[in-house]
Amino acid sequence: MNSSSILSAITFVYGLAGFLYIFAWVFKKPGVGRAGTGAAIIGLAGNTAGIILRWVESYKLGIGHAPLSNLYESLIFFAWTMVLIYLFIERKYANRIIGAFTTPLAFLALAYASLSPNIDDRIQPLIPALKSNWLIAHVITCFVGYGAFAVAFGISFMYLIKHRDPEGKSTLLSRFPRVNVLDELNHQLVMFGFLFLSAGIITGAVWANSAWGRYWGWDPKETWSLITWFIYATLLHARMMRGWHGKRIAYLSIAGFAAVLFTYFGVNYLPGLHSYQMG
Amino acid sequence: MSTKEISADASHFRLWEFFASIRLTIVLLLTLAATSIVGTLIPQNEDPAAYVQTFGPALYRLLSTLGLFDMYHSGWFRFLLFLLASNIVVCSIDRLKAIWQIVFVKIPAFKIARFRRLPQKEEFHDDRSPAQLQDLYAAFIARRFRYSRVEETDEGFAVFGEKGRLTRLGVYVVHLSVVVLLFGGLVSSFFGIEGFVNIPEGEAVQDIRLRNTNDTLRLDFAIRCDDFSVSFYDSGAPKEFRSKLTILKEGQPIFQKDIIVNDPLRYAGINIFQSSYGEVPPNEVKLEFTSQATGKVYSKQAFIGQEVVIPDNLGTFVLKNFERSASFKGHNIGEAFVGVLTSGDGNSTKVTLPLRFPSFDKMRRGRVAIALAGYTPRYYTGLQVTKDPSVGVVYAGFIMIILGCYITFFTSHQQLCVEIIPAGQKSRIMVAGTANKNKVGMQRKVAQMAEELAKLG
Ligand code: HEM
Repeated sequence: MNSSSILSAITFVYGLAGFLYIFAWVFKKPGVGRAGTGAAIIGLAGNTAGIILRWVESYKLGIGHAPLSNLYESLIFFAWTMVLIYLFIERKYANRIIGAFTTPLAFLALAYASLSPNIDDRIQPLIPALKSNWLIAHVITCFVGYGAFAVAFGISFMYLIKHRDPEGKSTLLSRFPRVNVLDELNHQLVMFGFLFLSAGIITGAVWANSAWGRYWGWDPKETWSLITWFIYATLLHARMMRGWHGKRIAYLSIAGFAAVLFTYFGVNYLPGLHSYQMG
Repeated sequence: MSTKEISADASHFRLWEFFASIRLTIVLLLTLAATSIVGTLIPQNEDPAAYVQTFGPALYRLLSTLGLFDMYHSGWFRFLLFLLASNIVVCSIDRLKAIWQIVFVKIPAFKIARFRRLPQKEEFHDDRSPAQLQDLYAAFIARRFRYSRVEETDEGFAVFGEKGRLTRLGVYVVHLSVVVLLFGGLVSSFFGIEGFVNIPEGEAVQDIRLRNTNDTLRLDFAIRCDDFSVSFYDSGAPKEFRSKLTILKEGQPIFQKDIIVNDPLRYAGINIFQSSYGEVPPNEVKLEFTSQATGKVYSKQAFIGQEVVIPDNLGTFVLKNFERSASFKGHNIGEAFVGVLTSGDGNSTKVTLPLRFPSFDKMRRGRVAIALAGYTPRYYTGLQVTKDPSVGVVYAGFIMIILGCYITFFTSHQQLCVEIIPAGQKSRIMVAGTANKNKVGMQRKVAQMAEELAKLG
């Protein structure tokens, strides 16, 4: 049993959690929802174990390093932060419908990591540029931020559904959190994510300065992270202007998450040098 | 008063309003986000010839005029950043006046009516009299709030508590940090240096090439590369690039350090980073001279430009240079060393020693055959040389932004009021509180406070 096979198995646990949350919501079965929480917790535990085991394995291979060094490992960590943040919110707000809109994202991240033929799940030794503690701080802060933005994305999506029928006349929407709760939750998560995104950009800049002697070089990845930052800064300010509540904020949150995804995946298709392969 | 003055005043006012508006902020932030995308779609700072080839001459001229090949340093992009900075500064000044009066007061103002009007209040009764409760409650609030006082009201008396007044300044720290970062960028673009240099092992250089202009710049010290080494993992991926560098001033070594990626050398404000490497022509070879007459073999180390005396009076040999693609009688024989053999009687012959055929020289059938027995590969180290006086300023901005965001998002200015009203011999107690942020959280806190107060004995 190695970490990759555990993490592949966890993909299905997260898939199951998502399915149970959706089932519980659509068919109003609170018991099934609790089973969903159980699956999410088991998944998170397995995800954690997988990350730790992978760390240990890398030391056994004699190339020990924190498992945060390539696309595969970052996706695993991304799924972990999403589920952790979601479970925290589930506890605080006592609502499992949010799970139906967020755990599937963790499932997709892990499924992509485990099943995509383009993603190498072998443990690789670190190339010189990646040998830096700033890299670890950079990846952790970025993905904690991304996790919060992912959950905010799911919640914005719920907002847009709910706001057409705020009274909850449709039975599917009756147990949704109220629109102002969704709006507030979105804002809280965006603030949390913004703090970590800022820290992520900053640790990245410090790392770049220690590796290449420049803290900012306008390469596409850096620029896209700044674009993402601008979008969320817009959201924070727009929210304080009258009339910018709810729907438009939800759209901005979704746009912000699209920018996150582009920073993460899309940039590799652009010309530039900020890839994990960089020597 | 003339009308002219009034209109001047009005336009002054309008300009201020314009820069103080959050609507402008939103337009600017979204414009910056949208325009920044362009520079990620068009590769920046490439060779003009490559652009012409990709875009054609007409489109090239258009894009070049718009500054899109170096757009983050173009006038219009800088202008947008300048507008953002002005927006932040004006907006902050505009609001700071009001905030100042809340934050920097000796005695904060409490109005009981304000708390009574709050939609959510907690109420309960206590069997003790207001006088009995007063000290108990005053001490309780004083423990939990930075500032507190007791004041009489029209119905009884109230204990006020307040804390976190300074947290209202957090958002100004964030905004100031953005200005600091933009200022740092400006300093960097005026006074920063970004250059590179390749230094073969054993050599020293003083001139570097600047990345943006391709000009050379003379440093006031020389950098010598004493040694470069590269190691690989079994998979073939690079493991470590290491250069042993010495800083020389007027020929004297004054500082030495091994640098690897992520661990640069810093000297006199200049940073030297490991960035690339490559091979340079070797300058040292091992040669074997075979005497035709006796069959004896003599091994010798030869350096480029130095004369080697061959024993047995077979003459002298000077290694001249290394050629990437040498030719022999019109044929390309690849990489080779070329040297000159001078026999005892003064006749000189050119000798070619191709790497691929070490014993090639046998075919010359001279009195001595020269064979290449080995050579040491030689590297150059590619260094990035930078100077950026803005790093300190920018790092200060980084710290401010994190601190400011934390304060702004997760702390608040809280006020609490506990009013104690006599009800016969007993007391009626009202607890209410407000915060400038996270009102839901404050509500929870008020409820919890009321519960604890009710239990105080
Ligand atoms: C990149 C630039 C900027 C960043 C990163 C930034 C960041 C922030 C943050 C994090 C907040 C707190 C939001 C919240 O409490 O949810 C905030 C609030 C605010 N920002 Fe900005 N901001 C920027 C530019 C501006 C500009 C140009 C203005 C000028 C009008 C402005 C005006 C304000 C105002 C008025 C507030 C509310 C302050 C309050 O609560 O009293 N910001 N900003």
